[in-house]
Amino acid sequence: MTELVIVSGKGGTGKTSLVGSLAALSRDKVLVDCDVDAADLHLILRNKIQKTSEFTGGKQAFIVEADCTNCGLCPEYCRFDAIKHEELTTGPDKERYWIDKHACDGCGVCVRHCPEQAIVFKEVISGEWYLSDTPYGPLVHARLGFAQANSGKLVSLLRQQARLLADKRGLDLIIVDGPPGIGCPVIASITGAGYILIVTEPSMSAMHDMERLLQLTKHFRIPTGICINKSDINPTLTSQIEEFAKNEKVKILGRIPYDPSVTAAQLEGTTIVEYDVNGASESVKLLWSNLTEELKE
Amino acid sequence: MGKDVAYLDCDVEEPNGSIFLKPEITEQIDVTVPVPRVDLDKCTFCGECSAACEYHAIAVLGKTVEVFASLCHGCGGCSDICPEDAIEEIPRTIGRISRGVGMGVEFLEGRLNVGEALSPPVTKALKKLAVTSDVAIIDAPPGTSCPVIEAISGTDFVILITEPTPFGLNDLKLAVGMVREIGLPFGVVINRSDIGDNRTDEYCHRERIDILKKIPFNRRLAEAYSRGEMMFGVDSEYERSLRELYENIVGRINHD
Repeated sequence: MTELVIVSGKGGTGKTSLVGSLAALSRDKVLVDCDVDAADLHLILRNKIQKTSEFTGGKQAFIVEADCTNCGLCPEYCRFDAIKHEELTTGPDKERYWIDKHACDGCGVCVRHCPEQAIVFKEVISGEWYLSDTPYGPLVHARLGFAQANSGKLVSLLRQQARLLADKRGLDLIIVDGPPGIGCPVIASITGAGYILIVTEPSMSAMHDMERLLQLTKHFRIPTGICINKSDINPTLTSQIEEFAKNEKVKILGRIPYDPSVTAAQLEGTTIVEYDVNGASESVKLLWSNLTEELKE
Repeated sequence: MGKDVAYLDCDVEEPNGSIFLKPEITEQIDVTVPVPRVDLDKCTFCGECSAACEYHAIAVLGKTVEVFASLCHGCGGCSDICPEDAIEEIPRTIGRISRGVGMGVEFLEGRLNVGEALSPPVTKALKKLAVTSDVAIIDAPPGTSCPVIEAISGTDFVILITEPTPFGLNDLKLAVGMVREIGLPFGVVINRSDIGDNRTDEYCHRERIDILKKIPFNRRLAEAYSRGEMMFGVDSEYERSLRELYENIVGRINHD
């Protein structure tokens, strides 16, 4: 089984549109949307949700006000500045302590130190994950709750579910739409993957982000290729990316020209390769054929 | 935007602000998180540290203790619980803050080291530094989870930048949910406002969200951006539009 992960470092390079097209071009695979903060892939895959499951990512601490004596010990132990104190002007109590759930890291240190056992520590539901059917094969995706932590854990869960599903259905390819950045959810998306495709564009920002991402994939020793999207908008920078790739011994697997039909396809809720036959569509097909060769190795 | 403005690049996984502001860096500070170091002479391998760690960052295996530093959030729970006092915490560098001045603007940037998973501590350290300017403009990372929350928490106003496409709208809805959950005042800027459809307008109208500005696609701006140039000076209409946006937001903050 091969896991192909598509990442970009920078957002807005056209990664998800590209993954949609790869979904349409490839056969016998499971699709995974690991961009759990901003999951968009399903929007162009005409998905039908078959199964919804809750995601419990971790624990959070809560102060039971009735049991709290306002001793003030817990904030001293919290390294995340999550325990707040306020003076009260109404009611029988003069003050209260409460835990800011967005700041709480779920370490449990305050829970152990509370002399009154007034802090409870419980699992919280921080999102949902879905198994969908699409015309292109099964899609595993998720929705992280608003302002929730643990996106890395959710990513790991999605990849695990995708592998189980691929095993069960005898599918030997998994295509993963990865998150932006280089931190926790990205690391969770790429560790142990078979191949990484970095989607970049000829801009200083995107190049900078690509370089950091490439350092990361080298750090994890994962074979990596590059696709230059909107390659004709700045030919000078496109040749700089090509030069850079050559020095780094990384293959450029595709060059996709800027094409308004990419946005047009998205507005129609479909993929580029199904929307149009020329322009970007042609280049994406060439990319896929190069990618197939790479995956064979 | 006049004097006394600081720019804080809190997109610490992929900081790009320096490409445009080309700052002269005068100071660099390492960002560290405390991680455990176990004194094996004192350790009795009781396993309490491992049981207490919510991040699976420390494991006792027979007569050894394994610390997985990259998983450690630096909560101090292990050293705190150790009955033998065998765990001390040592700082581990995960990123760096740079500060200086670029184009007359006070410049601060957080940069996560490649291979590190935890970006919020870098953002937190950056935001704790004293900013001497009156106004701090924070460049936040994408998404809706911990790194973004760290960047926007405690601010006076949040601008959500979107584009009028299905992906843009879906991500905007998630971002609106996040900002409302945190409870901060916000408004929307629609970039490349003429490339898509009017579903974003309709959504904002339905949800009573202010559209602060619409910026049409402009190839000259896109080219300047791709070269890493400031977009001021490229297009006077754009410049006027951004000044108006800035005054509008400052007005709102002062009014509240």
